[in-house]
Amino acid sequence: MSEWTMLTLVGRDQEGIVAAVTAVLHKEGCQLGETSMMRLGGNFSMMLMLSCGAEVAVLEALSEVAEQFELRLHLDQIEAQLHDHRQANVRVTVHGADRIGLVAEVTAVLAAGGLSVLDLCSDVAGSADKPLYLLQIEGVCELSAEALQLALRAALDEDVQFSVDEIETLLG
Amino acid sequence: MAVLEILKHPDVRLQQVAEPVERFDAALHRFIDDLEQTRLAGPGAVGIAAPQVGEVIQLVIVDISTMKKPHPNHGHLVLINPEIIKWKGHEVGREGCLSVPDFTGNVIRAQQIVLQAQNPQGEVQRFEMQGFEARAVQHELDHLEGMLFLDRLVSRRSDLFARKVFQKKAKNRG
Repeated sequence: MSEWTMLTLVGRDQEGIVAAVTAVLHKEGCQLGETSMMRLGGNFSMMLMLSCGAEVAVLEALSEVAEQFELRLHLDQIEAQLHDHRQANVRVTVHGADRIGLVAEVTAVLAAGGLSVLDLCSDVAGSADKPLYLLQIEGVCELSAEALQLALRAALDEDVQFSVDEIETLLG
Repeated sequence: MAVLEILKHPDVRLQQVAEPVERFDAALHRFIDDLEQTRLAGPGAVGIAAPQVGEVIQLVIVDISTMKKPHPNHGHLVLINPEIIKWKGHEVGREGCLSVPDFTGNVIRAQQIVLQAQNPQGEVQRFEMQGFEARAVQHELDHLEGMLFLDRLVSRRSDLFARKVFQKKAKNRG
């Protein structure tokens, strides 16, 4: 087992999942690294970097809480690369009527432009009969925001609204 | 001149409220030189505050004039006993800090400020600032109040519609 692992848990959203899972990890002596936990639709998803003892022991320790909350879990060995954040220099926001393929179209343009995605989140808002899709992406890209803007405009339908903004980080 | 040690969060000295500067003497000028050398020795900071090196006095240096992308600015500024006397507008921007390595976050700052401060000779000056320079000054002045940008973080995921409407419309025409 490598020093760090990535634990992924997914299940129906319920109160107390985070507290229950992290209590078990604490009891097992696991150190948490960077994590991402959020509600997606009616589900709760957790991704946690862990540094702890034996992989089998962690899975066994979590089995009770996983059963209680009906969580599916998965553990992968990873390289941690902590203290080495890349700073995003561009933010892309897209919103429009929900339709199949929007994320694929947008990210294809961005990938062709050399953008490396650091953070992407999307939401389905609006109503069931008129769903609205919202997409926020931050990444690192050598192309200018203006160049990405032009590439997106050329590739996307007119009814898709978007903006591309440079992120300028102030260091003080 | 010397490069001074930068205090890192959670050093409690970064939480202290800075004392006013009363003597504008040679010792102060030597400290200003050291503080500037410390700023320049780091990873491209546009500002530094005296408390970041453990000198808990009301003194900051701000200089955005050498940034790759130019912004309106007043050049290299040594701001002593600074006070913001007017604020206008607000906007979200990304900030990092020499005292909080390897982390950046979104912070809401005033778009425009009127700042009053003394220079190294003790003369009172007044500046009208906007945008990135105003942000840099607000970031540094927080250090004089014992605050870090961490105390003002807002979500990275909540600013989808935070921009001005006219800007958004202009961009959508892309």
